[in-house]
Amino acid sequence: MIDVFKGIFILSGAIFMLLAALGILRLPDLLTRMHATTKAAALGVILIMLAVALHFAQVGVVARAFAIIVFILMTAPVAAHVLGRAGYFVGSKLWSGTVKDELRPNYDPLTHELKSGMETEANARRQPRETDAP
Amino acid sequence: MTGAIWNLLLALAWVVLSGDFTGLNLMVGLVFGYITLVLIEPQVPALGGYSVRLPRILRFLGFFIKELLLANLKVAFDILTPPWHMKPGVIAMPLEARSELEITMVANLISLTPGTLSLDVSDDRKVLYIHAMFLDNEDELRRNLKEMESRALELFR
Repeated sequence: MIDVFKGIFILSGAIFMLLAALGILRLPDLLTRMHATTKAAALGVILIMLAVALHFAQVGVVARAFAIIVFILMTAPVAAHVLGRAGYFVGSKLWSGTVKDELRPNYDPLTHELKSGMETEANARRQPRETDAP
Repeated sequence: MTGAIWNLLLALAWVVLSGDFTGLNLMVGLVFGYITLVLIEPQVPALGGYSVRLPRILRFLGFFIKELLLANLKVAFDILTPPWHMKPGVIAMPLEARSELEITMVANLISLTPGTLSLDVSDDRKVLYIHAMFLDNEDELRRNLKEMESRALELFR
């Protein structure tokens, strides 16, 4: 019974990683590619680590497998966010089928100011930041 | 937090006293420790609602794993079939999370579910800009995101 679960976990993990690779090749622009690579690959790693934990069933291996899962869950979204954000602001083109973009009108490329569109009169003035030129 | 530490300490005490040093016995100890904490909680204010919080965290984990799998399958389907069904776009989501930690957690959770990727937070920290892959039903997507946010915030407050 456990063998069946192990097999399912390893196979589905490998399939998700394959899908991530296919996604990089097929998807049209940077942001949609980030969707495919980070998440499908993270899920693949998690499934494979679950299979490893089931297979060895020793305290040391299980603890390490869970540590790997936790670190993947903590780092993958941060990496995806930073890459996607940098790509977007540097100006990589969005796919032609993109339906809407609510960020572009609120962003000022000169001051790098990002408005929320919910400002009141009182807080509409730009707050000075450390990174500003003197 | 104190509740979690006490639960772990009780579990370790159980393992040492029963003399059976296996992972399974540690699990048994954790369950017994949790039951003990539930029983004494009304008299110990320092535990801070641990007995309610733990099931909430577990339920959130279940909910999150379900979302993760469903959304992954949706993206996988779109990658595999030749015509594009996706309608990507950037939407602005008003944030209920206020502190830095809460915003980080919410943005990370949103990034983790396939189909949504948090791009940036506005300077006044009121709005999170999200790149979503499937905008065919925007209202439903917004409702899902809101539900995830409120469930995540429940864990901190």
